[in-house]
Amino acid sequence: MAKLIEASFMTYAPGETRELGELLGRLLKAGDVICLMGGLGSGKTCFAQGIGRGLGVKEPVTSPTFTIIHEYRGTGVPFYHIDVYRLEDSGEIECIGYDDYVYGEGATVIEWADKIQDILPCERLDVFLDAVEANEDGLAGAGDARRIRFVPRGARFRILVEELVRDARARL
Amino acid sequence: MSVQGGGDVVILAFETSCDETSCAVVVGDGSLRVASNIVASQVELHQRFGGVVPEIASRSHVEAIIPVLDRAFGDAGIEPHQVDAVAVTFGPGLVGSLLVGLSAAKAAASALGVPLIGINHIEAHIYANFLEHPDLAPPLVCLTVSGGHTDLVYFRNHGDYDVIGRTRDDAAGEAFDKVARILGLGYPGGPAIDRLAASGDPAAVTLPRAYLEEGSYDFSFSGIKTAVLNYVNGLRQKGLEIPVRDLAASFQAAVIEVLAEKAIRAATATGVGRLALSGGVAANRGLRRLLEDRCRDEGLELYYPSPSLCTDNAAMVGCAGYYHYIRGSSGEGPVNAVPGVSLSQPGS
Repeated sequence: MAKLIEASFMTYAPGETRELGELLGRLLKAGDVICLMGGLGSGKTCFAQGIGRGLGVKEPVTSPTFTIIHEYRGTGVPFYHIDVYRLEDSGEIECIGYDDYVYGEGATVIEWADKIQDILPCERLDVFLDAVEANEDGLAGAGDARRIRFVPRGARFRILVEELVRDARARL
Repeated sequence: MSVQGGGDVVILAFETSCDETSCAVVVGDGSLRVASNIVASQVELHQRFGGVVPEIASRSHVEAIIPVLDRAFGDAGIEPHQVDAVAVTFGPGLVGSLLVGLSAAKAAASALGVPLIGINHIEAHIYANFLEHPDLAPPLVCLTVSGGHTDLVYFRNHGDYDVIGRTRDDAAGEAFDKVARILGLGYPGGPAIDRLAASGDPAAVTLPRAYLEEGSYDFSFSGIKTAVLNYVNGLRQKGLEIPVRDLAASFQAAVIEVLAEKAIRAATATGVGRLALSGGVAANRGLRRLLEDRCRDEGLELYYPSPSLCTDNAAMVGCAGYYHYIRGSSGEGPVNAVPGVSLSQPGS
């Protein structure tokens, strides 16, 4: 069987983006790092909210743009939600305990991870979110359609993406 | 209310939860007086980066805190030995920034041999209202809106309050900053949008209002940010000019209508009769004007602090500290930084 290199999903409403995040969240283990990349309004926080739900977080998962790092404890492993939107370079995040999170005992989600490319761990899951013009594929949803592409880096995340594809198919 | 002992109570206060390094001295003898309130604004530093930069923020706090403290004592005409208690913000905020204020406050309290009182930042924002309005008394409902917070608090009495609504995604101030960035207006975005909105047509662009489920006091502002982005991208693709003033006015109207509606509903439903505003977005003229009209219609009293007390400052922390002190709830155990604390959690 061919090795899975990447997987791509389409969602057509914020609720579906959140649902996909929830499926991923249920599969996460301690030490997993998920990097979210996509422009303003592409659904990163929405997807991260789903991951939080999948990790059993009950409280609202809110945007960490202002405070940079939010920590949650649900029923699963701890959930570290990082947003580096406001940072200039990776030197700044290293000073606020970045290594303690990324190499810590929880699952870490990093929004705008492309801004700190040089210090991301080699083993990780890259997730690219793009707003898709609704009329491009002739589907309705006025600006809510998103293409969500999963690119695993390392064996652990290839398995994770295979599991995610399997779980998402089971949902259809 | 009873005041312990005779004479004035002098509170030294520190606030370093985010952008601002601030120290204040407040003096109370039943009512409160701000003897000094020094804020070393870091906004200029952050403007270059389009937002709050945490490492730079904490480094600036370290550089600024001692000069700011010296000025606070100097302007107040108070000697350190006159201080009765030290109040400090312990969270929520950026941990590196919080630690600078906490370390300074702990050192001051220890050197002066006085109690250290940990203050929740959201609570402090509410207390900005008590500083300026001696007639204000609980119960009240307070809407705290800033870059990091959108909270609706039912304040039954000093030390007795609940967050009855909050944002589920982006804070209102964050939506202002991000939309300002989309429109190319720079940081901080709130004042720029407020200024442009005054000369724009709020009905020009139809944007969504997220009222959420019936009866909910929670907020959601991520959808409106995306709606503005879609609108701007649509125009750009067609090569059309972006109506910045009209879009700023339409965006501001959509945000403040939801804020006002829920705040009024909370004040009416709880029967408190008083609504207070706090946080940086409380300085938004559009929001104040709308709430003034709505409160007049509903027979509610509206309170808000002057702009310098809306944004982060240590005087509001000192005010909250004073009320803790006279209730005897001070200096219980260690005070540690709690970056993600909510209003109902203790700070130790």
